[in-house]
Amino acid sequence: MHEETVYDALTNAHDDAGHWAFGTGFDDPLAGVDTTVPDGVDPADLGAYCLMLGDDALVLAQRLTQWITAAPELEEEVAIGNTGLDLLGQARLLLARAGSVGVLGRSRSLATASIPDEDALAYFRDADEFRCTGLVAAENGDFGQTMVRLLVASTVRLAVFARLRGSRDPVLAAIAAKGVHELAYHRDHAARWVLRLGDGTAESHRRAQAGVDAVWPHLADLFTATDVEARLAAAGVAVDPADVRGEVRDVLTTVLQRATLRVPGWPADVAPRGRAGVHGPELTDLLAPLQGLARQHPAATW
Amino acid sequence: MTAEMAISADPRAVAETVTDPELPALTLADLGVLRDVRVHEDTVVVDITPTYSGCPAMGVMRADLLHALHTAGFDDVEVRTVLSPAWSTDWISEEGRRKLAAAGIAPPGRAPVRADGPIPLQLGPTRRTAACPLCGSPDTEELSEFGATACKALRRCRSCREPFEHVKEI
Repeated sequence: MHEETVYDALTNAHDDAGHWAFGTGFDDPLAGVDTTVPDGVDPADLGAYCLMLGDDALVLAQRLTQWITAAPELEEEVAIGNTGLDLLGQARLLLARAGSVGVLGRSRSLATASIPDEDALAYFRDADEFRCTGLVAAENGDFGQTMVRLLVASTVRLAVFARLRGSRDPVLAAIAAKGVHELAYHRDHAARWVLRLGDGTAESHRRAQAGVDAVWPHLADLFTATDVEARLAAAGVAVDPADVRGEVRDVLTTVLQRATLRVPGWPADVAPRGRAGVHGPELTDLLAPLQGLARQHPAATW
Repeated sequence: MTAEMAISADPRAVAETVTDPELPALTLADLGVLRDVRVHEDTVVVDITPTYSGCPAMGVMRADLLHALHTAGFDDVEVRTVLSPAWSTDWISEEGRRKLAAAGIAPPGRAPVRADGPIPLQLGPTRRTAACPLCGSPDTEELSEFGATACKALRRCRSCREPFEHVKEI
């Protein structure tokens, strides 16, 4: 760098060194990736499915971020931050994949042209356009409940991603193959906390059990495929969530029993809610701080 | 940028000098992040792969590669992302491992093999081992599975009592 000060580099949008100013060449996480849609696959379905998986990751990452500066110990704060960052990376790739097949909705017209597709999708959709499940949108609760939710969410996601490694969409398969490594340690980290809390003191046990009881109802709409998932699963692109139910149940039962926690009754299946855009007010509250800056200053770069 | 780079005619040699923004002792080539460098119709095409999905250094890596190649006289450069096969710590070269240890960071062991089926739960403590990069003692313990960057865990040596970082096997 030849600039006099680091601030000169920051203000020089055309400096291809781009040091510290993440404005140059950082736009497309799929730069150079072949984004051709496989034969016989509806691009609108593929994009909608990527939004489901991408929104789950984006929203859970944002929930985890709420623990930063508030986690019980510094090492755990770093762990939660790392986990959120992995999920945010998965969200970027998946939202970019949705954008690459043209699934942008009105977010593209609301965002300025210089904003990449994945940012337009993250910042310029309202809550009813999000396709995340109620499981990830729910409030954190206390630390025990947060770890139970992370256990359940990462168990489901890992089971789905493990199968998606064989997806007929090579981009989705590659994102899944990478994500599996990350989700495996997210799940195991959360599981170890649930063991420690459940089989810990009377108070930690009580709180962990309350967390399980609060999270469990969110299992109800996780395992019924939307029409999009059903069509894509038949085409060998997506995973039918009903196919992972048994594995998820086995993993969660194993962990809870080892943690001396009571396994609540498995809730009866209901039609997809979050996947259909039906959310409670907690998602709107979560998105407000996430989207506020981009909406107030649409041309801002950082 | 050095004068040596400016006169180099081999784009691969230039790309191989670019270092990692978070582990500046290592080049992107040492890390296995630099996947390929080739010339296609007067364009230098560089393939890089992210270490983790959320690796925030990808943008800087891309910019550093462009800057190095432009400085060396290659005007037409394209840096592409390659997602498959997914990066693994097994791709860190022997030279890279030596440089990590010299920088006080314990290099990774063999990465776990992931089969096609369900991923088994690991409820016990992580079974990683790493010799202390400072005194060489194998008697070390993990303090935290997560560190300052996604790729590192925190450990402590029971012999010399010094804390150190360890690149996690993935």
